[in-house]
Order: sequence, then C-alpha cells, then structure tokens
Amino acid sequence: MTQDPLDTYRRMVLIRECEAQLNEAFAKNLFPGYIHSYLGQEACAVGVCDGLADSDVIVSNHRGRGHYLAKGMALRPMMAEMFGKATGVCGGRGGEMHAADPAIGILGGNGIVGGGLPIAAGAALSAQMDGKGAVAVAFFGEGASNNGSFGETMNVAAAWKLPLILVCENNLYAEMTPFEQTVAQPDVALRAQGYGMPGEVVDGNDVIAVRNAAARAIARARSGEGPTLLELKTYRWGGHFEGDPRKYRTRAEEAEWKARCPVARFRDVLLDRHGLDEVNVRKVEEETAAEVAEAITFALESPLPVPETALSKVYAA
Amino acid sequence: MATKTYCWAIIDAMREEMERDESVLLIGEDVAAAGGSFGATRGLLDRFGPMRVRDTPISEEIIVGLGVGAAMTGRRPIVEIMFIDFLGLCLDQIANQAAKTHYIYNGLFKMPLVIRTSSAAEMGIGPHHSQSWEALVGHIPGLKVVMPSTPRDAKGLLKAAIRDDNPVVFIEHIALHRVKEEIEDEEFLIPLGKADVKRVGRHVTVVATGLMVARALAAAETLAREGIEIEVVDPRTISPLDIDTIVESVRKTNRALVVTSSLKQFGLGSEVAAEIQERAFFDLDQPVKRLSPPFTPAPFGRQFDEYLNPSADSIVSAVRELVA
Ligand SMILES: Cc1ncc(C[n+]2csc(CCOP(=O)(O)OP(=O)(O)O)c2C)c(N)n1
Repeated sequence: MTQDPLDTYRRMVLIRECEAQLNEAFAKNLFPGYIHSYLGQEACAVGVCDGLADSDVIVSNHRGRGHYLAKGMALRPMMAEMFGKATGVCGGRGGEMHAADPAIGILGGNGIVGGGLPIAAGAALSAQMDGKGAVAVAFFGEGASNNGSFGETMNVAAAWKLPLILVCENNLYAEMTPFEQTVAQPDVALRAQGYGMPGEVVDGNDVIAVRNAAARAIARARSGEGPTLLELKTYRWGGHFEGDPRKYRTRAEEAEWKARCPVARFRDVLLDRHGLDEVNVRKVEEETAAEVAEAITFALESPLPVPETALSKVYAA
Repeated sequence: MATKTYCWAIIDAMREEMERDESVLLIGEDVAAAGGSFGATRGLLDRFGPMRVRDTPISEEIIVGLGVGAAMTGRRPIVEIMFIDFLGLCLDQIANQAAKTHYIYNGLFKMPLVIRTSSAAEMGIGPHHSQSWEALVGHIPGLKVVMPSTPRDAKGLLKAAIRDDNPVVFIEHIALHRVKEEIEDEEFLIPLGKADVKRVGRHVTVVATGLMVARALAAAETLAREGIEIEVVDPRTISPLDIDTIVESVRKTNRALVVTSSLKQFGLGSEVAAEIQERAFFDLDQPVKRLSPPFTPAPFGRQFDEYLNPSADSIVSAVRELVA
C-alpha cells in the first residue's frame, strides 16, 4: 500500500523501463522466448496494487510483469525468471509467463487464458474463512472474459460474497482479434449486474482513476460486502507478443493511444498538482532505468538451470 | 471393530480429518444440505457448519479452482466432482493448475488438494456416467491418483490423501458404496503409492483395480478348486504406481494378468504390462495378458456392461489360458 505519489510513479516507471528494455533485448536476439509486453498498461497494475497490502493476494495472467512489479516482486529474480535462468524466482523453469512470491501475496501468472480466475476465487475463499479482511485480486484480459471460467468465477464470487476484485484490463485485442468482433456488447463491466455485483468502467490509463475505483472495490471486499468487477479501458502498445506485425490495427490508432500515455500523464500530475520538482522526478527515472539495466545484465549473466533439475519437484516431498 | 460400508468409511475419513485439522474444508455440488449426491458427505454440514462445508453451483471448473486457490493459501480443501465423466469441464484446473503449480513455481507452493470423484461404470447410467478415467488422470505428472476397492482402504487412503501435500484424484466406485467390512476403531492411515496383496498365490499374478478386485477374488475361489492359486494385487494407487510389489509377485508366479475397468488402449494394463516386461522379462513364462473393456464408449444397458467388461468368469478363462 502506498500513499506516496512519487512511489506510485516510481513503480510505473519501473514497469515501463522493464518492458522497454526487454524489447531491446529481444530485438538483439538476447531473449529466449516470447515477450508479452505490458507497455501502455502501467496504470492498471500500479493503480490496483497501490491499495493492496502484502497480506492481500493477486493472481496474474500471461501478461504479468506489470502485476508482479506493482505488487513488489524483487526485480532481479523476476527478470532472471523471464530469461529462464537458475537465479529466477522459479529457478528458470517457469519462464516468461510465470513468477510468484507467496510472501507478498503474488500467486503466480498463467499460460492458460482464464486459468487464474477460479484460483483467485479460491484465494478469496481462504481470505473469507480467515476473516481478517484480506482480499484477492484477479488480473485478466478482456479476452479471458469470454472464457467459461469468467462466468463461473463471477457467479460464485457474488453468491458467496467473496472478497474478490476482478480486474479486467480491456486492451481491445485478444491476440489478433479485436474485442468488438467477439461480443455484441463491448463493456465487460456491464456483465456485473447480471451476476449481482457492481461493475465499473474505468479509464485504465489514468492511475488516479484506477486507484480510486480499486479503493472502492477493495473497501467493499474488506468489509464483507463481496466482489466488484472493474473494467480498465486501456491499450497494449506492442503486439500480442514482440515481433507481432500488428496487421489487425492501424498505426494511427496506436499513435492515438500513445498520446494518452499513462506514465507521462501521471508525471504531469506530479509536476503540476503535487508540485514535485522536475529534477527529483528525473532522478527517479534515471535510477529506475539503471536498476532495470542492471537486472537484465544479472539475468543474462546468470547460469541456465541444469537439465537434470527438470526431474525434481514434480511432487512435494 | 465396527462394520462399515465403503460410503460410511469415506464419511468417517473426512469427519476425522476435519476434526483433526481446521484447515480442511469440503466443497461441491450437493455436499452440504443434501449430504452428498450418493450420501457420502452425510452429517458434515451439521458437524462443521456452512463455512467449511459448502454447496456449489454446477460449475466444475470453479469447484476445482476454488480448491486450487484455497490450497495455495494454506487450506486443505476436499472438492467433489460428482462423476469422473465431468472432469472434462475442469481438466484445466486439474491438469494445468493443480498438478503443475508446485512444479512451475519450483516448490514455492504446495497443493494439498483432494479431488473426490466417482466412477459409475456398469451401473446403467449411460455413456456420460460410466467411464473409467483413471488412466487419463494417471497420465498427468504432479497428480496422485487413488482408487480404493474396499471400505478399509477407502478410509485409510482418503485420510492419507487429505494429509498429502500434493493434489490427489480420489476415485470412488459407486457400486462399492454399500460393500461392508470390519474396520478397527483406532485411527489408521494407508500410505499412497503402496499396493496391497489381497490374496496370496503362486501360479499367476492378477493385478486388479477398483471394481475388478472383488471379481478377481471371486475368480480366485473358482480357480482354487482347480488347484490354481492366483495372487491378487490391488495397486490401490494408480499414480504413483507401486510397480515393485507387482514385479515382486510376478518374479514368484512367472505369469501376469492385468484386469481393469479402464479401456485397453493406452490403459493401465498397457502400463503395467510394459513395466513388467522391462523389469522381469526373463521371469515370464507367458506374455502378460490384459483384460479390459474394448475401445468403445460405454452404452446404456446391462447386456452391454456384461459384454464389454471383465467378469469373474472371463478372469477365470484368462488365467486358465496363462497356465495351460
Ligand atoms: C485457454 C487459452 N486459449 C488461448 C490461448 C492463446 N492466447 C494467449 S494470450 C491470448 C489472448 C488473450 O487476450 P486477453 O485475455 O485479452 O489478454 P491480453 O493478451 O490482451 O493481455 C490467447 C488467445 C491461451 N494461452 N489459453
């Protein structure tokens, strides 16, 4: 949880730098797989996680680095995991779509679209049984909202008043398919009413709006009133994965959304409204960029896991 | 000692474990107020209350997913999927989430989840309620698969499954629910992954699972009158499979027959036969035989059940061929 706007900004920049520098590594052929970039969606993860404590849990998806970093995952082991290195949080066996840190409530990513939603409900069930006011958050895309797991999760969460916040990041495309081609009604949030919970459409590029909406949902969940569906309207700056030629959308549309950059927008707020000094803000940016560069170097220089370790931990002892 | 049905043995196991450990909870369709679709959760709602014993909507994916998320956050859920035929609706949560989470996250999470489910093969409920999918789940690393054939085994194995830190698919056969057995009053556990020799013999090893165990034992009586002593080995746990006990028996008898409700193709019998020939080929006097239903769905009707499934008689015939 943070009340410090500069800390909020620092985490937005951290995600931005992480994604930008990973793309550079990918362009140089240094990355061993696909990158599902979070560029452009920084306000979503940070705005939601600003209201969460370590005892609150999040369940992420295939586009998870923003969520991990916003919730406070240590940068180096996360980065090493992305590169599949032995020093990664999963010892390198999870890779780009998986990282976790149960101590601070990060229950992992997922390679299955919609796979995390029921798990988040299960974590919310635990929180409800514990009765200590903790909440669970499920991050998922608008594509996942068309998966059966979404409907099952919405219904049970509402029926059982689970302390769950369903955060749908609607970045308009599921892989190469525009969302509006797959639904008759393009606001995911409207579905909430049918399940008996509040739903809210939020500007996902405005971290303050996300924070405020998340704060309402979190307060509702903590007080036992049940779940909320938040639909954060945003945009995936990159393709579905790095290297995707993006034939399904125009460069003009991309430019329009880049003009609504969530990081630049909050930067302006810091300078104008919070009266922060340009020098201080730039210092945060430079430090963060260096931190990310160092983490990538660490990942690149780390050893690969020994192949024989593939046979370990199939079962818990 | 007390006489218990298989069904009550299962209820007792859950009640004892829920009394012993507050973190155990039970969720599924009709498990609370109704006491279970087959009566296997009777009394648990009254005893433990609606926070720990919950009826769910008919939503198999979230039934398992609730268990996965709860297990990742410190609980030991038991979730019930009414029929094993319904696993198709929740296979992602079972195969990709429950089974792999400990592995993917390199041990950061444990997955103490029990998925109780039922087979109703040969009970006249038609093609969507009559399958034996133990081999299907046995193919998924990270899962344990248990299939008790007696009340005592059901109780001891279920208690062990609840205490296990891995996801366990626990397959009950509904036709066994009314089988009775004397069970000791004192607490006991039966370790997962340990086969049980249900009858000692010296001429043929008959590996049988679930519903087939009683048929193998009935066949043993007939064969004994002919002077043929079969050794009946019940693996009890399909995965991990206690192949050592099976091979040890085959080394003694030099002949083996595997009898299952699961289909022959890519089935449990194939796995057992392959393991035996890899480990004990030169101990074999005959090729390993398999008795399993042929590669078809299970149509409605007793005449089909009898035609397709192994019986005590077909076990007797197969054994006679092996010793001929
Ligand atoms: C069950 C499943 N179906 C399909 C895929 C392939 N896939 C990976 S990401 C993706 C699009 C998901 O879109 P969305 O949920 O909106 O998230 P976004 O990628 O836009 O962040 C698809 C179809 C998958 N991984 N899992």
